[in-house]
Amino acid sequence: MRDRLIFAGQLLFTLLVAAFLVVPALLSIMAGVTENYFRGISSGVTLQWVVQVWELYADSILLSFVIAFATLTLTLLVGVPAAYALHVRGGRLSRLIEEIITLPLAIPGLAIALALLLTYGGFGTFRRSWLFILAGHVVFTMPFMVRSVMAVFATIDIRTLDEGAASLGASPWRRFVDVIVPNARPGILAGALMVVTLSLGEFNLTWMLHTPLTKTLPVGLADAYASMRLEVASAYTLIFFIMIVPLLVAMQLLAEREPKS
Amino acid sequence: MSQRSFSLACLTPLVVLTAAFFVLPMARLVVVGAGGPQGVAGYLAILLEPRYRATLINTVLLASATTLATLVIAAIAAIFLQRHRFPGRAVLVAMLTFPLAFPGVVIGFLIILLAGRQGLIGDVTRLLGGGKVVFAYSIWGLFLGYLYFSIPRVILTIMAAVQKLDPGLEEAARSLGASPWAVQRDVVLPALGPAFVASGAIAFATAMGAFGTAFTLATNIDVLPMLIYTEFTLAANFATAASLSVGLGLISWAMLALARSLSGGTVAATG
Repeated sequence: MRDRLIFAGQLLFTLLVAAFLVVPALLSIMAGVTENYFRGISSGVTLQWVVQVWELYADSILLSFVIAFATLTLTLLVGVPAAYALHVRGGRLSRLIEEIITLPLAIPGLAIALALLLTYGGFGTFRRSWLFILAGHVVFTMPFMVRSVMAVFATIDIRTLDEGAASLGASPWRRFVDVIVPNARPGILAGALMVVTLSLGEFNLTWMLHTPLTKTLPVGLADAYASMRLEVASAYTLIFFIMIVPLLVAMQLLAEREPKS
Repeated sequence: MSQRSFSLACLTPLVVLTAAFFVLPMARLVVVGAGGPQGVAGYLAILLEPRYRATLINTVLLASATTLATLVIAAIAAIFLQRHRFPGRAVLVAMLTFPLAFPGVVIGFLIILLAGRQGLIGDVTRLLGGGKVVFAYSIWGLFLGYLYFSIPRVILTIMAAVQKLDPGLEEAARSLGASPWAVQRDVVLPALGPAFVASGAIAFATAMGAFGTAFTLATNIDVLPMLIYTEFTLAANFATAASLSVGLGLISWAMLALARSLSGGTVAATG
C-alpha cells in the first residue's frame, strides 16, 4: 500500500514535469494554426499564419540551411582528419589542441561573438557576408564532430587497425579512406546530426553576427516574437519544430542503437 | 608521405581555423577589455561598480536557484524512471529529453505562452477567480525558462548515473532494516553525488551565460548577458562589454572544468 502511494506520487510528479516541458510546445503548435488565439481554437483552424511566415521569412530559413550544411561540410573536412591525427599522435600537444577546440562549449556564445566582432568587424565584405556567421558556427560546432569521432576511435582500437594496414603497405591516404573513415562512421553520423541541429538552432552567436541581409531562422524567430502577433510567432515556431524534431528523433534512435557500455 | 607528415597535414586545417576564429579573437577580447579609460582596472569594475555588481549578484543568485531546483526535480524524476518499468515509460523519457536542442529564444517564447499576457497560467488563475497572473517578463519567468532549459540535460546525466548504481547496496541496506527514506538518503543520494556536482555545474554555467531566453524575456531584468549586450550595442561601450564577457567566460569555464573533471562528459552551454 505504502509502496503504491510512493509510486503514484513519483509518477504524478514526473508527469507534471513532462507536462511543463510539453504543454507549452503543444500550445505553440496549436496557436500557430488557430484563426484567432485570443478567442481560442473554436475560432477555426487555418494555415494562413504558416503561409505568412513563409512569405516573410523564407530567405532566413533557406539561409539557415545553407549555413548548416556549409558548417557540416567544414566540420567534416577539417574535423574528421583532425580527430584521427589527435588520436594517433597523442601526447601533450594533442591534448592541448583538444582542450582549446573544446573551449567554445564552456564560453558563452555572446562572448565568442563579441570577440569575432572586435577582431573582424572592420573587414567589411567578410562582415557583411554569411561567411561571418559560418565562422562562428564552425568554431561552436567543431568540438562536437571531433569528440564524437574520437569517442569511436577510443572504443575500436583504431591504432592497431591502422598499423595492420600500414604493415601491408597501404599509404597513409589509402588507410585514411579505406580504414579510418569507414570505422569512424557511427561517430561521424552522430557528430553530423549534432552539428546540423546546433547550427539550425544557434542564436547566441548569430544574433550578434547577423546583418539585415544575413538573417537566419532563429534570428527571424526572435524578430517575430518581438514584432509579430502571437499566431505568426507560433506558426514560425511550428516551422522550426518541423525542421528540428526529425533530427532529434534521429539522434535518439542512433543513441539507442549504440551498444551499451 | 610519411605517417608523421600525414598526421600533421590532417591537423593543420583545424589549428589554422581555430587560431584565426577563436584563439586570436579571444585574445583580442581580453586586450579590448583592458583598453577602456580605466585600463586593466576595468576588469575590476564588475565587482566595484555598484550597478554591475548588483547585476552579477542577481545573475549568480538566479543561476544558483535554477541549479538547485533543477537538481531536485531531475533527481526525483530520474530515480523514478530508472527504477520502474511501466507502459508509456519510453514516451515519458522522450518527452523529458526532447527539448534538449531548443534554442533559448524558443524557450523564452514558450514561457510567454505559459505565463505571458495571453498565457495558459493567466487563463487558469482567472477561471479560478484569482485574477490574471502574468509573470513571464519578471525574474520568475526567467527562472522558469532556465528551468525548462536545464531539466532535460540534467535528467539525462542523472538517469545514466542511477543506471550504474549497484542495486545490491540498496538491498543490503533494506535487509539491515533501513526505511525507504533512509535508503534514499544514506545510500542512493551519496552515490549520485558526482553526477549532481557535474550536472549542477553545467546547469549553473548555462544559466549564467544564457542569452537567448533572457533576450526574449528580460526586458526589465538585469542579468549579465543582457548587460553585456546593451553595453555593446546600445552604449557602444566596447571595453566594458569585453571585460564583462571575459569575466562571464571565466566563470562559465571554471564551472564546466569542474564538471568535466568530475564526470568526464561534454555538454554544451548554449542558451
